[in-house]
Amino acid sequence: MSGIIGKKVGMTSIFDAEGRNVPCTVIQAGPCVVTHVKTVEKDGYQALQLAFDEKTEKHTPKAMQGHFAKASTTPKRKLAEFKGFEAEYNLGDVIKADLFAEGEFCDAIGVSKGKGFQGVIKRHGFGGVGGTTHGQHNRLRAPGSLGASSWPSRVFKGMRMAGRTGFDNVKIQNLEVIKVIAEHNLILIKGAVPGHKGSYVLLEK
Amino acid sequence: MDLLKVAQEASKIEVKPRPAFKAGDTVTVVYKIKEGNKEREQLFQGVVLQRRGNGATETFTIRKISHGVGVERIFPVDSPKIERIDVNKRGIVRRARLFYLRKYSGKAARIKEKKD
Repeated sequence: MSGIIGKKVGMTSIFDAEGRNVPCTVIQAGPCVVTHVKTVEKDGYQALQLAFDEKTEKHTPKAMQGHFAKASTTPKRKLAEFKGFEAEYNLGDVIKADLFAEGEFCDAIGVSKGKGFQGVIKRHGFGGVGGTTHGQHNRLRAPGSLGASSWPSRVFKGMRMAGRTGFDNVKIQNLEVIKVIAEHNLILIKGAVPGHKGSYVLLEK
Repeated sequence: MDLLKVAQEASKIEVKPRPAFKAGDTVTVVYKIKEGNKEREQLFQGVVLQRRGNGATETFTIRKISHGVGVERIFPVDSPKIERIDVNKRGIVRRARLFYLRKYSGKAARIKEKKD
């Protein structure tokens, strides 16, 4: 799956040819620099390591500076590996948003928005207590029973409870590419993509 | 924010320029509707309750009383399906969002007309 690194710009909606209002996410994808070429002989598999988003040399460790210098490029913030590119690429080559074409389908990988400590209703989709009768007065969003009593005398592992929610790696499959604006390296994708504005998104096709 | 504007500009579909109208005005929206293979126009006339959002995603809400029932419809300003918007009356109102109109009916729901 070849792909590209991008940054979420935000969401908007556009009208398609038939006048329908299509919700879409704008992603600034690339320019990405090839910083490492992995080969079957050397690494056992074929892949490309791409780098995206400028950063200063001051904030780059010496070892990474050397890595970027090898590809004769400036230090970058985000690195990611992709497999299955059709064309051949060498160190220092630039991959841009026009890797994708309009009408294609792609997958988006990102880190979802962190929600903090949340209860079981938001976190696991529990129903809560539906009724307000039978003496129910303050357990509307409670998880209910955690299990039986004297056997097993413990709570089973993996019992779904409240806790830190969001900030997970999420992959959304089969998102349609609505539009590619090559001069600004922008890709418009139908629907929502995980993460907040400015977070990194990996697009695979 | 800037790049979002760039994306909106680049994917804009040209529509006829809309007349200036604001909350309190009475307008007629001429809307293209597809029925099978035929396309016809549908009119929706009423009071503008609000204009909301900006740029490519701006919308406006229209309220009318149809057979004694209040009906509200939200249109995107730049929708290519809107053939045109006719401004029938300019109203004098003191606020940008006229949700208080929902409480009133008949004579109480009238809006003073602006005479130029």
